[in-house]
Amino acid sequence: MASLFAYANPKRFLDLSAAVLPWLAGATVLTLGAGVVLGFLAPPDYQQGDTVKIMFLHVPAAWTAMMAYGLLALCSLLGLVWRHPLSDVAAKTAAPLGAVFTALGLITGSLWGKPMWGAWWVWDARLTSFLLLLLIYLGYIALWNAIEDEVRAARAAAILALVGVPNLIIIKFSVEWWSTLHQGESLMRSDGSHVAAVFMWPLLLSGLGYTLLFFTLWTVRIRTEILERRARALLMQGAA
Amino acid sequence: MIGALLLRDIRLATRAGGSAALALAFFAAVATLVPLGVGADLKLLARVAAGVLWVAAVLAALLSLDRLFQSDFEDGSLDLIALSPLSLEGTAAVKIAAHWLTTGLPLTLLSPVLGVMFGLPGPAIATLALSLLIGTPSVSALGAIGAGLTVSIRRGGLILPLLVLPLLAPAVIFGAGAVQATLNGLSNGALLLLAAFCVAATALGPFAAAAAVRLNLAG
Repeated sequence: MASLFAYANPKRFLDLSAAVLPWLAGATVLTLGAGVVLGFLAPPDYQQGDTVKIMFLHVPAAWTAMMAYGLLALCSLLGLVWRHPLSDVAAKTAAPLGAVFTALGLITGSLWGKPMWGAWWVWDARLTSFLLLLLIYLGYIALWNAIEDEVRAARAAAILALVGVPNLIIIKFSVEWWSTLHQGESLMRSDGSHVAAVFMWPLLLSGLGYTLLFFTLWTVRIRTEILERRARALLMQGAA
Repeated sequence: MIGALLLRDIRLATRAGGSAALALAFFAAVATLVPLGVGADLKLLARVAAGVLWVAAVLAALLSLDRLFQSDFEDGSLDLIALSPLSLEGTAAVKIAAHWLTTGLPLTLLSPVLGVMFGLPGPAIATLALSLLIGTPSVSALGAIGAGLTVSIRRGGLILPLLVLPLLAPAVIFGAGAVQATLNGLSNGALLLLAAFCVAATALGPFAAAAAVRLNLAG
């Protein structure tokens, strides 16, 4: 474990991330750019027409939003068990990003849903559980902001994040179960299981691009938070 | 020790200034407003009754949750309770039980009356009451986690619903789903899933709630 904690040192993290960040940002621009361009050039779907291109923005956003929650929960666990400040910072800064990606997934999904299903919003299993994921993110952020003491806020938020993990799974299944009861509406069809190669490549590229974008923004936010805390500590030293 | 704490919490909730009666009144008031909003068509009301009553019951239970630990935290008695031989986990479990006995159980007992007023047929009313009986402990247990997390926040009552309501979605889905299944004459797996959810929530809730209270007492 010594090696893990060596990188968890804020100073070392700042040095390392400063070196990695330009590469990360560059890779993000390349993959996301390639994904968007290839997605734009992809032929229209025989059924969905040009609206299928929303998929390249929508599906990766949903992937990233779920990955963000997984990372948030992992950081919360590390912070709670090993009381490491850097994991607290990492969890804190992942939440707004995750919330934005969730919102992005919901908005692009809504824009896709209007031409495809004829409605901006349907109470489908996936949509509903995603909306609940957004609410959990918002609750997590609100809890962080409500508690002034940072150490206490970090631990309270970590407990909430960990309670959210099994609950998210239960929510997902319960919502799916619930919407099969309400049959008779034109609900989600299981696209995506067999995606043609012309759609697969842009999708994978923009999925990678979104993931890299998340990690780039995350690193920037963690760095900012560390520097902000350091500045505050210096200010308080000066005031004393 | 357990009995004394349970009795104390029940007394605090039921006597003057307590929230048990308020939660019941809130439940009835919300249920009364719905027909005024959606119209008096009994067929329509019977269709939405399960969802409306379940949501109203969850909101009514939430209303009194911020007092679960907070009033004891503010007057210092929570520190004394924490010093007692009973573990914080045990304290949380007792407080959850007291909360359920003073909100969940009365709400369950009142629900058949409201079910009749909403035009639910007999079997559906029985399922509604049964689902509330099975499901409301999970509201108290998951709510206790939120109450523990927000115990030191001054306006904790505002943030608590945002933390707890998304977690309670399965209870509402299964609870209302069970009534709907009875209405449609289907077999009722929802009650079993509700029971499973409730068992998991009440088994794990005290531990998470105790951890949350502990970190707020530590400072």
